[in-house]
Amino acid sequence: MTDTPPEDRTTTEATDGDGHTLEPWEVFRQEKEGDPMRHGGSVMAPDAQLAVHYAREMYGRRQESVRLWVVRRSDVHELEDQDLLQPPLDRSFKKPGGYVMRDKLAAARERSGQAKPKARSK
Amino acid sequence: MTDPIALDPVLTPAERSRLPFNEEHRSHDERFELFETHVLAGGKVEAGDWMPDEYRTSVLRFVEMHANSELMGVLPEREWILRAPTLRRKLALTAKVQDEVGHAQQLYRVAEDLGKPREAMFDDLLAGKTKFHNVFHYPTRTWADVGIIAWLVDAAAIVAQQALRDSSYAPYARTMRKICWEESVHIMHGRDVVVTMVNGRPEQRAMIQEALDRWWGPLMQMHGPRSERSKDRDIHWRIKAKSSEELRQEFLSIYVPRILELGLTLPDAELRYDDAAGEWRYGEPDWQELRTVVTGHGPKSQDRLEFRRVNRAETAWVRDALLGAPKAAA
Repeated sequence: MTDTPPEDRTTTEATDGDGHTLEPWEVFRQEKEGDPMRHGGSVMAPDAQLAVHYAREMYGRRQESVRLWVVRRSDVHELEDQDLLQPPLDRSFKKPGGYVMRDKLAAARERSGQAKPKARSK
Repeated sequence: MTDPIALDPVLTPAERSRLPFNEEHRSHDERFELFETHVLAGGKVEAGDWMPDEYRTSVLRFVEMHANSELMGVLPEREWILRAPTLRRKLALTAKVQDEVGHAQQLYRVAEDLGKPREAMFDDLLAGKTKFHNVFHYPTRTWADVGIIAWLVDAAAIVAQQALRDSSYAPYARTMRKICWEESVHIMHGRDVVVTMVNGRPEQRAMIQEALDRWWGPLMQMHGPRSERSKDRDIHWRIKAKSSEELRQEFLSIYVPRILELGLTLPDAELRYDDAAGEWRYGEPDWQELRTVVTGHGPKSQDRLEFRRVNRAETAWVRDALLGAPKAAA
């Protein structure tokens, strides 16, 4: 189970809010087994137990989810430093698209006298 | 990688997806201008982004009115749950009512993140300070109304909602994608009710025609009077994409043929498609009626608001219980 969080799964039973202040909980849902968990939306709840209950009402009532997670919004830590995420340098060497060799291959074939291989049908 | 040229900065600021209006060192006017440029270029705005007050207020007003309409919109239909003709219809109608209340909850969530507490939104709705859609201010007289509402009122709404899936305010756009998916079930449910009754006894067919005649006026008013695109601030900010007239034309194009194929008639002698102009012509909707109704003077406006007031008072103990006194230390 790749998407199981490292800690045990009993968090749905726990009451980790203070129980009397509403706060936003982010809801993540898995549409079918094997899919990634995707953000669905958020609910307001005083604790994890009710957050799970509301999440089920909003995001699971039509059999559209096979798994739901709720995460207290204040527990989400964000990295939004664009200098780290989108550094202003050419990173094309890290991507397949950074290696364009059509012309170089043609030159190599010309030197070796070989024809371009035909695409073989399976 | 030894080529030193590859280490030169090659990406422009725009490609780095930095949103410059979030930078606090800039002046307000500069941020406003950068924000406007971003939105007009098709950029999206998230809840945590800086935004001009005018934008925040416009999105909030739009989403709040939408949330109010979902919340009030279930009242005409809930009256029919206990009178549904079959168990399957009762299940479907109950599910629809539950869905719409869920939509209200999700939209109030979007609005809350813009800074207005949910309780304040309920206060304003019940005090008549904020509005809800005109179609929910009318009574439902027969089971045929349930079919017409679920089919055509929801259809008119979904035409508008589909255009909101690209809203510049991203949390709203995401919520609309989910809501549109659920609404499509309601339209099928409503159309099935209408088609079933049209195929029934003459009395059933007459019930559908009578309901359609009654609802047509409010349906034509629902998207609002024509307005100039260039003067519509919600269009300017790309909160919505289409003008009221564009939505009404789209609704007519899709649904008039579907209504007429059932052998039903529409109570508007001027209604026709003008091939030359490429648009629908119709008798001028009663805009005075629209204004009267949405300002709380519709036939059921005050009853419905009173139902919500009583309901809110009667269910206060549930909210108190959920948020009860802090637990004693263990």
